[in-house]
Amino acid sequence: MSDAALRTPFPERAGAALKDAFLQEALKIATTKFIDLRRESFAGFPQGEALRDRARAIKEATLQRLDVHLERLADNVERLGGHVHWATTAEEARELVLRLCRERGVRMAVKSKSMATEEIDLNEALERAGVTPVETDLGEYIIQLAHEKPSHIIAPAIHKTKGQVAELFSRELRGEFPADPEVLTAVARKALREKFLQADMGITGANFAVADTGTVVLVTNEGNGRMVTSLPRIHVALMGVEKVIPSMSDLVVFLAILARSATGQKLSSYTTLVRGPRRAGELEGPEEFHLILLDNGRSRQIGSTLREALYCLRCGACLNVCPVYRQIGGHAYGHTYPGPIGILLTAMLKGNGAVRELAHASSLCGACKDVCPVRIDIPRMLVELREHLDREKIAPWTERMLFKAVRRLLLSPAAFRLSAALGRRLQRPFVRQGRLRGLPLVLGRWTRTRDLPPVAARTFRERWKELR
Amino acid sequence: MASPVRAALMITCLGDVFFPEVGVAMVRLLRRLGVEVDFPEGQTCCGMPLFNSGYRHDAALVAARTVKLFERAPHVVVPSGSCAWMVKTEYPGLLEHDPALRAAADSLARRTRELSQFLVEVLGVTRIDSPFEGKVTYHDSCHLLRGLGESAAPRALLRGVAGVELVELPGADECCGFGGSFSVRLPEVSSSILDKKLASVEATGARCVVACDAGCLMQMGGGLSRRGSAVKAVHLAQVLGGEDPA
Repeated sequence: MSDAALRTPFPERAGAALKDAFLQEALKIATTKFIDLRRESFAGFPQGEALRDRARAIKEATLQRLDVHLERLADNVERLGGHVHWATTAEEARELVLRLCRERGVRMAVKSKSMATEEIDLNEALERAGVTPVETDLGEYIIQLAHEKPSHIIAPAIHKTKGQVAELFSRELRGEFPADPEVLTAVARKALREKFLQADMGITGANFAVADTGTVVLVTNEGNGRMVTSLPRIHVALMGVEKVIPSMSDLVVFLAILARSATGQKLSSYTTLVRGPRRAGELEGPEEFHLILLDNGRSRQIGSTLREALYCLRCGACLNVCPVYRQIGGHAYGHTYPGPIGILLTAMLKGNGAVRELAHASSLCGACKDVCPVRIDIPRMLVELREHLDREKIAPWTERMLFKAVRRLLLSPAAFRLSAALGRRLQRPFVRQGRLRGLPLVLGRWTRTRDLPPVAARTFRERWKELR
Repeated sequence: MASPVRAALMITCLGDVFFPEVGVAMVRLLRRLGVEVDFPEGQTCCGMPLFNSGYRHDAALVAARTVKLFERAPHVVVPSGSCAWMVKTEYPGLLEHDPALRAAADSLARRTRELSQFLVEVLGVTRIDSPFEGKVTYHDSCHLLRGLGESAAPRALLRGVAGVELVELPGADECCGFGGSFSVRLPEVSSSILDKKLASVEATGARCVVACDAGCLMQMGGGLSRRGSAVKAVHLAQVLGGEDPA
């Protein structure tokens, strides 16, 4: 989201999303479908729970020796004839890609779906440099045509209904297309085929990179990833440093739970294992392979509060079950990564100041933690993030004062009793049929849509005496 | 004859101020089941509002106070899953800095139970004589369900009432949108979550939605009465306690 759009406070962005009838319809259908598919998939997979524990343990151990695993990955990629680049910041990563484009005369780049490239705003940078980026994942293609950003980690166009996509395609691709997913997919496929053949560069992310073998792994469903990695003469893969895993036997563990968590599939339709560029005697594959290892604030979190967020596999399961995400969708969050995990990733990438409001965009219901394939304790980390906001005085001073007052109240039974008695007096003008309505100030935020029970005529404490 | 079970009631802040009838029903129920009930009068709140908003140090002060208040109770019964969760899973960590307090917190965590768990686990009861009648549905409160892993005890108790027909609520495990201060920080989002919950509740045809948490009851009850619904949000203790609140 642009800086200008981010100046709109989060509650207003969320409010606008709630009023968007198309978005509400799209979200309800899609998230419910994902939840059911995931549930069924794990119900028929009793070993899933143990594999989740194992996957978490692998992530934990790998991060403890991240440097060693990355060096090993880099060595093995280079041994296979690939080039490895290290990018500390988003800007460095963009510059690496742009330099390759300049030096190799790249005019068009086809892309398979990658959140890492979204994170560094690569498409905008390519366009400014005169390189045409073409998204080839259907959802990404849709939002590129619509000049939007992904609103879900694995389903970037989840916010659009099929009717909206038909309208978009009819306008942008000049035709009369019905709101039929099969027809629309065929339209996109035809338009994209030519791009695959014209492109000089293929750009992908990476779901995993295996240190032992120098293998970059892509998990996709449309087959476009395979063409992006094999048709153009140059393949560039951009991955966050935390995506490295030690061995192929670790990969098996992750593959068994990733697609199940994301879409309820046993495996995604395509699992692509890329090992360097085309070798002598091979019929296909790129002439050059480049792997960019992106840090962008990740490694400094290894020893901090947000460490667990580095375990994230980007499956999107926590978005689908989050009651907040299900109401407002991804765009209202305002950053590359939406949903509960997105709040943590945004804090990681952009600092705690960026999540002053977002840190509270959770009822802490715990549904995210329950479905996370690597059991990231997102609610706990959100609470810890809120602690930082208080300690670093990022939380508004009015709020901090209010909670200090609450503390005083809770530490003194006399003050607590007194405030109940005071409430009982002050509430009188607002009681309607035994319920409170139209309360002022912060309580008005409750009573706009809900009634509040009045402070009881006699509190339990007062009634206890006669119960004795 | 075995000596009677003694239990202290942790009424919770919302229970004390807004829902005293729940506490009264609970006391009557427990006494009927032979429990000797105490009420340590210095209690206020478990401190969860402070904790959830990131005021950890302040929550620890409240926790230290509460731990001492309930030091001597053989059992502590709480009519709210979230407060029981707070005591059982967060107090020990909050009081880690002081070994004596930490030990007291560990002890309190072991002795504390949410009401339905206390009835089933400690008293071994699942059939309770209550005049309550009709079709009810049950909402799983987030902290009782995912925090304490409890979904069976409240349902077993509801099924154990002769006149009650329990119908499952589609999406029973989904949040009602309360979330403490979340409900006033993001009231529109909170209410939108609630609307979906209440639509499911009303579609069951139940006369009551039962929950084991004052927060959820405040949220669902507030929404139901605002929309003029005939459905009531009631606490498990009210269904079991021998009075018909609806």
